[in-house]
Amino acid sequence: MFDLDRWREIFQTLSKNKLRTILSGFTIAFAILLFTLLFGIGNGLKHFFEREFAGDATNSVYISAGITTKPYKGLQSGRRIQFKNNDTKFINEKFEDDIQFFSPNIQRFNVLTIYKGEQNRYTVRGVYPDYLPLESAEIQEGRFLSVLDLKRKAKVVAIGRMVEKDLFGNLSAMGKNLNIEGISYKVIGVFSDPGGDGDERFIYTPFTTAQGMYRDNDELDYFGLTYNPKLNVDEALSFSNLLTKMLKEKHSVDPRDQGALRVRNYAEGAKNVQQFIMVLNIIILFIGIGTLIAGVIGISNIMVYIVKERTKELGIRKALGATPSSIIGMIMMESIFVTAIAGYFGLMLGVFVLKSIGKGLEQYFIVNPSVETYVVVGATIVLIIAGTIAGYIPATRAARIKPIEALNDE
Amino acid sequence: MIKLQNLHKSYPMGKDSLHVLKGLDLHIKEGEFVSIMGSSGSGKSTLLNIVGLLDEHDEGTYHLNGQLIEKLDEKKAAILRNRFLGFVFQSFNLITYKNALENVALPLYYKGMNRKERQKIALKYLDKVGLKDRAEHLPSELSGGEKQRVAIARALVTNPKVVLADEPTGALDSSTSHAVMELLKEISREGMTVFVITHEEDIAAGTDRIVRLLDGVITSDEKTNKKVKV
Repeated sequence: MFDLDRWREIFQTLSKNKLRTILSGFTIAFAILLFTLLFGIGNGLKHFFEREFAGDATNSVYISAGITTKPYKGLQSGRRIQFKNNDTKFINEKFEDDIQFFSPNIQRFNVLTIYKGEQNRYTVRGVYPDYLPLESAEIQEGRFLSVLDLKRKAKVVAIGRMVEKDLFGNLSAMGKNLNIEGISYKVIGVFSDPGGDGDERFIYTPFTTAQGMYRDNDELDYFGLTYNPKLNVDEALSFSNLLTKMLKEKHSVDPRDQGALRVRNYAEGAKNVQQFIMVLNIIILFIGIGTLIAGVIGISNIMVYIVKERTKELGIRKALGATPSSIIGMIMMESIFVTAIAGYFGLMLGVFVLKSIGKGLEQYFIVNPSVETYVVVGATIVLIIAGTIAGYIPATRAARIKPIEALNDE
Repeated sequence: MIKLQNLHKSYPMGKDSLHVLKGLDLHIKEGEFVSIMGSSGSGKSTLLNIVGLLDEHDEGTYHLNGQLIEKLDEKKAAILRNRFLGFVFQSFNLITYKNALENVALPLYYKGMNRKERQKIALKYLDKVGLKDRAEHLPSELSGGEKQRVAIARALVTNPKVVLADEPTGALDSSTSHAVMELLKEISREGMTVFVITHEEDIAAGTDRIVRLLDGVITSDEKTNKKVKV
């Protein structure tokens, strides 16, 4: 199959006709470069949205309390709604089947945290053990809070990766005692969170510990829960609506009051984002395919022109004994060779450009613009096919040329 | 070597057809040095194209080296051309981006010979036409006479049965023309069949036999007595 002589013949033709080779190579390299850049930037947009919405479990619901804006059942507006422990119990009992993970939350901002001279301010949250999956966080080292910690009101904390990095540098925080507003807590675990650095600067302590420390009574700040993942988007929405309605009833809030109780259901947002990403994917695919087709047409045109230009040469070759199949083989191998090399060059250039400008694009909602290996492999295959198609039609036409006509072609 | 009987050829011209060759009978024996004379339009180029397997005849028979030529597909024609025929054209038809040696070696490439042997043989034939020292030159760096000698070397390199020369001196001045004809004569003396097409009397006079064509028919076919003189 590998015919050194034929390749020599092709290399000679290509290298002795540099302008022609460069022009046709440039077309395909440019098409592939555009393809790579578009694909990469599209991927970057996708990565951005995935990252922005990857912060929490997609089936999560957050419920927080505010101030009433409408008078209701003889109560005046402007009343502050305060969640208490009995709300926790209420939700847990009424919606046991619909809820997957559930945790009340006490949150305190800007809490001074010290470890051996290193200090910083963090948000401290008192939560249930269920809170970890709610945040989509993962334990890297040690463990998260346990039910036993909750019962004992243990003075333990699970800290984010960035907290460990801030206060401990390269050392492990495991088992060390953190001074949080003058009280010593033992670090039992370090977690990472796909939501980014901000979400990795939280400190979690058992809910009961936090309530005892920061509240005089059984008040709490908000609830986080994930609904049963078996629910579809519509069921999830009706679940959260029912939950809102019942909580409003319990706290004597007008059902139309939007301020007193706020329920954030991620289901709708997640659905929109997924649709958006899908549309984005389709657009990227269309642009990519369009660019490739334009490239293939470009190279086909050039090949037609090249064959026309070489009519006389091909006629000479035929007069000297070149068979039609050797003419087809020669033209096609030239075409495939140029497309593959130039295409690969364009691809590599595209990957390089994406790498070098990628960091600077974050302000334009483009994160880590890149092409996956399978796209690279796929594009290479498409290129070779393109080269074959681009070469085939002109090559068969070249093979059909009568040598006598070709020789008379001046 | 070449035997034509009642050969007809016409070209379609719109609805009509142009009858170019009207029943030629011609027999050329091995080793003959023949010229076909005729003005333009007499059908001499058509005859050469048919003999050279570059075109097909419509009627009659054509035997090349004893083999009946009919209904050849392109591949077979290419192989026969490569094996039996060598071409010399008026406009040289060298490949512009190949040097003299590569041009001469090209028919051997299509014969399937390996590179080393190709170059050795090609160099031998370049030497034969006196251009060994120009082997690395591109056609653009050669004079007209040198180009034609390269083309002759290329025609000879496969050691064909017949060399077909279409107005080989048409683009050359008289002294170079003379040198080229001397070269063809020498080849003929070595036993090669040489078939020259020309419209110049003095060129035809240099050959052993002159066939005159007019409007697609042979008007005369005579041997020159030059051979006797020599």
